[in-house]
Amino acid sequence: MSGTALDPTTAATFPMAARGLMGDTQLRKNVKHATDVIQAKRARVVGEMPDWQELRESGRRLREHTMRYLDAYLEEFERNFTARGGVVHWAADAEEARRIVVGLVKASGSNEVIKIKSMTTEEIQLNKALEAAGIRPYETDLAELIIQLGHDQPSHIVVPALHKNRQQIREIFKREMNLPDLGGTPQDLADAARLFLREKFLKVKTGVSGANFLIAETGGVCVVESEGNGRMCLTLPETLITIAGIDKVVPRLKDLEVLLQVLPRSATGERMNPYNSIWNGVDPARNDGPRAFHVVLMDNARTSVLADAEGRQTLNCIRCGACQNACPVYRQTGGHAYGSVYAGPIGAILTPQLQEMKFAQTLPYASSLCGACYEVCPVKINIPEVLIHLRNKVVVQGGPFKAEALAMRAMAMIFRSERRFRAAQRLGRIAETPLVREDGQGEGWIGWLPGLLGGWTQVRDLREMPKQTFREWFEAREASGNAGGER
Amino acid sequence: MNGVGAPLCFFCSRVTVRGPDEGLFLRVSLFITCYNDTLFPETGKAVVRVLERLGHTVEFPAGQTCCGQMHYNTGYQAEGMPLLERFVAQFRGAECVVVPSSSCVAMMRDHYPKMTEHAGNAVLAREVAELLPKVFEFSEFLTKRLGLEDVGAFYPHKVTYHASCHGLRNLGLGDGPQRLLRAVRGIELVEIAGLEQCCGFGGTFAVKNAEVSSAMLADKTRAVLNTGAEACTACDNSCLMHIEGALHRQRTGVRTVHLAEILAGEP
Repeated sequence: MSGTALDPTTAATFPMAARGLMGDTQLRKNVKHATDVIQAKRARVVGEMPDWQELRESGRRLREHTMRYLDAYLEEFERNFTARGGVVHWAADAEEARRIVVGLVKASGSNEVIKIKSMTTEEIQLNKALEAAGIRPYETDLAELIIQLGHDQPSHIVVPALHKNRQQIREIFKREMNLPDLGGTPQDLADAARLFLREKFLKVKTGVSGANFLIAETGGVCVVESEGNGRMCLTLPETLITIAGIDKVVPRLKDLEVLLQVLPRSATGERMNPYNSIWNGVDPARNDGPRAFHVVLMDNARTSVLADAEGRQTLNCIRCGACQNACPVYRQTGGHAYGSVYAGPIGAILTPQLQEMKFAQTLPYASSLCGACYEVCPVKINIPEVLIHLRNKVVVQGGPFKAEALAMRAMAMIFRSERRFRAAQRLGRIAETPLVREDGQGEGWIGWLPGLLGGWTQVRDLREMPKQTFREWFEAREASGNAGGER
Repeated sequence: MNGVGAPLCFFCSRVTVRGPDEGLFLRVSLFITCYNDTLFPETGKAVVRVLERLGHTVEFPAGQTCCGQMHYNTGYQAEGMPLLERFVAQFRGAECVVVPSSSCVAMMRDHYPKMTEHAGNAVLAREVAELLPKVFEFSEFLTKRLGLEDVGAFYPHKVTYHASCHGLRNLGLGDGPQRLLRAVRGIELVEIAGLEQCCGFGGTFAVKNAEVSSAMLADKTRAVLNTGAEACTACDNSCLMHIEGALHRQRTGVRTVHLAEILAGEP
């Protein structure tokens, strides 16, 4: 998996990818440990908030309102950002976004860029496009640096190297930074990364960032982070290029009162991010900060998501990753199984929609619909509801003649008639007979089933059908006049 | 001890145990669900036994089949609609409807209103809105509708309770099932680690993503075995069928049993 870009258009189906990854004991141990730790931290800081549910509801309403008037808020952002000396670029899709960014970097006169952790740049595989244009990108977020040096792919929205443990990171640093004597303590690794990155911060003239929020009212770009490396990228370069999905806009500065409470608590289990930066245009009067500031506003199928009344709540996501940590499926497979930089429950609904349902069609089924994601979502995205909605789209696309569709219709036909249902119950008892074996206790069990149902008997037995259905028992009892009486 | 619901004699099943509606006996319409009807008749019998022991009358509308959950959750929404209509036709006019399956009740509460709205059928939407408040999951009926904890049961076994996701999150059953279990005479109730963790059943998920489902199941069976319980109980036979399948395959000797069958236990 590592090395190959996470591209939904070419990725294996989720069950196939999961099957491969679940054989990696180390990966599963790392993912479980990391998600356990983050979940415990989150539970602690969420638990101390008496108004957490009200905050979630505020977050939901805020995001829903923003999406309803997105066009107006985007234009407001453009006006205010431009008034402060910034330049706005509009990109309809990934291709256009890459072209704009590559062009801007070239125009800045640099053949290197320092990057702040950004899922949007991962979504459009910006690094590959930069490299193809002869530009070297340096990831400065520690986890993204590990991914880049390890020729790996991010497996989590917030903690992209969550699938690696300290020893594996040490091996990557030793090899890629040419440090054969590197120690294995967190301090050793942080020191190595610091030395490696400081040089880039001071040398590279152009920075590329994503955005957590774009503030329409002020034209500000908000970036939150834990390490301070992001702030280096915002402060030191002469040219700053921010790329953001159009869903990142918020109406007013004071809306951050809600969002900057729910985001860090949900994402990293912190009360507040250590570094919260809001960047407002350029200031030519002072010799400080970037001289040129560009924001690329990218659609890349987001308006098509917005057009779907049931799917559009997906865009309310503020990329905290809490659903990934809580998801029992993600916790078994890790993020790479989803074949997309957006993994876990949010990835299972976002990715197929960003692909306009042309790819990633197994992702809506990569969930047991347990609802743990919905429970922790800081803006109350009803992920199970959207998953079911997208499953319907997949079914409708698949047409009426697929084996599953035929079986489902047959089942529905049976359930639509009491007579047919009774007949099916009787027929089931006869049909299963060749498969039933007696166990030591004299009970009948099925240990093998054919076709798709074979997935059940891989690791489970199935009890044989009882000789009498409940309704047969109930009716026999009524007939004998025993109902309600003593037994 | 729940004073209102306390029986006069702990071990006498003929004594009626009543809830806050003292003196009020209900006409309960049982929606057994398609899979309990076919695969788990003992659960249905136990529900009847408990309700009748409490003095209520149980009716079984014969035309009932399936709530449509499997179709709806797998993406076959169009196929689910006639099953919704069938459910309404069978249970309209019911005083109350009891369902020994959290996920089927969750299907109705979470999706039926939206389904009728999408269908643009205002009459059906009104019928669903009137019917849904009368529909209860079995343990919920006992704890919330009847206000009971002690239903006069006897079950001398070591048991652990599995909270199904639909009961826990969609229905908000809370610790209702555990309160019912704690009041059972003779029972030793042991808590499972990771109570809120999904067992990995998920309907068609168990076959569509058999490998991941198996991995989740392995975690759950490990947790069940770690309790040292003889049996694992839940409000959903769907989860239990999945858990039991692995417990039997591994010859653990640990059984699964629906909550109703424990509450029906008599000395």
